[in-house]
Amino acid sequence: MDIIYDPFRVIGDALRGLLGGFGLPDWAVQLIMIVIGVSVLVVFAMLTMMFLTWLERKLIARIQDRVGPNRVGPLGLLQPVADMVKLFTKEFIIPTNADKVIYYLAPIIFVIPAFMVFAVMPFDRHAIISDLNIGWLYIVAIGSTSTIALLMAGWSSNNKYALLGGMRAVAQFVSYEIPQVLSVVGILLLVGSLRMGAIVEAQNTIWFVLLQPVAFVIFLLSTISEINRTPFDLPEAESEIIAGYHTEYGAIGFALFSLAEFINMFAASALAATIFFGGWQGPILPGWLWFLIKSYAMVFVMIWLRGTLPRLRVDQLMNFAWKVLVPLSLVNLTLAGVGVSVMNYYGWQLSSLPGVLFAFGTFLVFNVIMVLLFLALYRTPKVERRNVVLVKQASKSRPQTPAAASGR
Amino acid sequence: MVPLAGYLFVSAALFCIGLYGALARRNAVAVLMGIELMLNASVVNLLAFWRYLNPNVSLSGPAFAVFVITLAAAEVAVGLALIIAVYRNRDTVVVDDVDLMKG
Amino acid sequence: MIAIKDQRSKMDWIMEFLTFIVFAGMTLTGAVFMVTLHNLVRSVLAMILAFVGVAGLYLVLEAEFLAAIQVLVYVGAVAVLVLFAIMLTQRVSDPNKPTNNAQAWLAFTVSVAMFGILSWVYAPIKWPALPALPTVNNEPVGSVVNLGQQLLGAYAVPFEVASVVLLVALLGAIILARE
Repeated sequence: MDIIYDPFRVIGDALRGLLGGFGLPDWAVQLIMIVIGVSVLVVFAMLTMMFLTWLERKLIARIQDRVGPNRVGPLGLLQPVADMVKLFTKEFIIPTNADKVIYYLAPIIFVIPAFMVFAVMPFDRHAIISDLNIGWLYIVAIGSTSTIALLMAGWSSNNKYALLGGMRAVAQFVSYEIPQVLSVVGILLLVGSLRMGAIVEAQNTIWFVLLQPVAFVIFLLSTISEINRTPFDLPEAESEIIAGYHTEYGAIGFALFSLAEFINMFAASALAATIFFGGWQGPILPGWLWFLIKSYAMVFVMIWLRGTLPRLRVDQLMNFAWKVLVPLSLVNLTLAGVGVSVMNYYGWQLSSLPGVLFAFGTFLVFNVIMVLLFLALYRTPKVERRNVVLVKQASKSRPQTPAAASGR
Repeated sequence: MVPLAGYLFVSAALFCIGLYGALARRNAVAVLMGIELMLNASVVNLLAFWRYLNPNVSLSGPAFAVFVITLAAAEVAVGLALIIAVYRNRDTVVVDDVDLMKG
Repeated sequence: MIAIKDQRSKMDWIMEFLTFIVFAGMTLTGAVFMVTLHNLVRSVLAMILAFVGVAGLYLVLEAEFLAAIQVLVYVGAVAVLVLFAIMLTQRVSDPNKPTNNAQAWLAFTVSVAMFGILSWVYAPIKWPALPALPTVNNEPVGSVVNLGQQLLGAYAVPFEVASVVLLVALLGAIILARE
């Protein structure tokens, strides 16, 4: 049973025993274990990315009443492999006057943080590469570096659309980072730690999404914006600026960008599942299966949103971040602080049932207050109706009305 | 192990490179970057001294470092805003060309 | 290596030393390229390399929180702001014009002299060896919990002042940069 319920520990112990059997010193065993862990993680991330490209195309096709890829392999499952082969064998073209070094570096620098986030991801009880003291802060710090790569790609391409995309990406990511971080701080107050493992363990009685639903909505929206997906994918809005920062990238460069974007999408879903839906905690099924189920449920929500919602305008996007999400997340943080103080004052613990019920009641009141505040203060932006007038023709055609023409 | 002197020499070198950047560059943004480097060198020193000489519970080094980083961020924000304001008015970011106050 | 161990093996010391060399090398290489490269955008990228190296040095010094903050603030915010400013003001920077001003040689001399003086001060002192980091509640003193308690306890007044400074700087930046 252990091999199903706790496979990572069983396999890890077996490997450690095997390596120790060769007479290697402790540090070498440790080093080899780390290398194996990281390799497994990278392979897992690559496979996830390939599966996600297929899943996204299939689901979007279903939403749009199409069939989607169905030629290569059963149900088109081998389509990602064909795509990969095509992208890897194409020529990598460098635009004229591009800054070559930076042009080469940008996709690589974009991919590295995407992989690094998985270092603190709790896949299962004993499957976390490094449960860092600063867990959530590490994710935030690593995530913030990808902005640089996008700006590098946009600038080095020597293409105005690419530069526009890069600039948009920076403005958007810097703005949405704030509500994303602040929405989770309330939960960190409840947990009393930044460790990802501790965040999961604190949820064995109640999922934080039930205590902090408003924070979850803020987190979901700002995360979708951070990973650059519809309806917030302004940096690569194809109807306005071709493909944004990766306009000029083809072949392997493009493959790396989409690799990183899909890995980011999975990482974001896994983070939402970990922080708000209890991560690997769940009845009957083994932990890693719960983790995958919850993560893919979040992935489905993201693809669903993409299939449903139209893209925002740039000014709407920035207004939404600064005038709605940031104030709301600050109010949420304040109320979460009050709630945690109340809990500490009465000695309620999240680990006991009465404590959970009281906490749920308190936070329910707070969330209702926040929703009411939002409804009272938020004004739906007025849709500006513009009458389409062809200015040049209109002014010219006026003297040529039939009456004027006949009078001449 | 790394002796304390190792950190001190790295930080001294970082500070002097930053000093050169701040003194020698013409572009105001590059001058600001040099100053950032110098601030970073000072933070390395603060942490190294805390870790080697006084690693106590009151965390004087990390706390000081947090304040230095906060102020550095504020300084960059205001500095770049100033540079952009100057650029709008004078159409230049070269420090030597901004000489209206020079007699 | 980041974690606290009471008895460190020889291997840990060697690993720590190698890590220090790598990050110190990154920092200094980045810094040198930052002040010598002509292209300002590349210069900022070199600066990012230096910042990441400094974050690595903080890790070796067992200040993980500050390493994360360093990456978050410097790489994620300061470098992005600087890149933005450079791109906004790029139009005037002529590649044929010199990047250094007339006093570059003087600046170089001053910097080298500064380094000489600092080395002259540092070199003869006998520095103490690395002490073990004490622990609070089974966590190293540098942990986030302890730092948070200290910042809102013993350093509460400077903390509040710093937040006021940040607020004022934010407002000032908006007012200055507004058209």
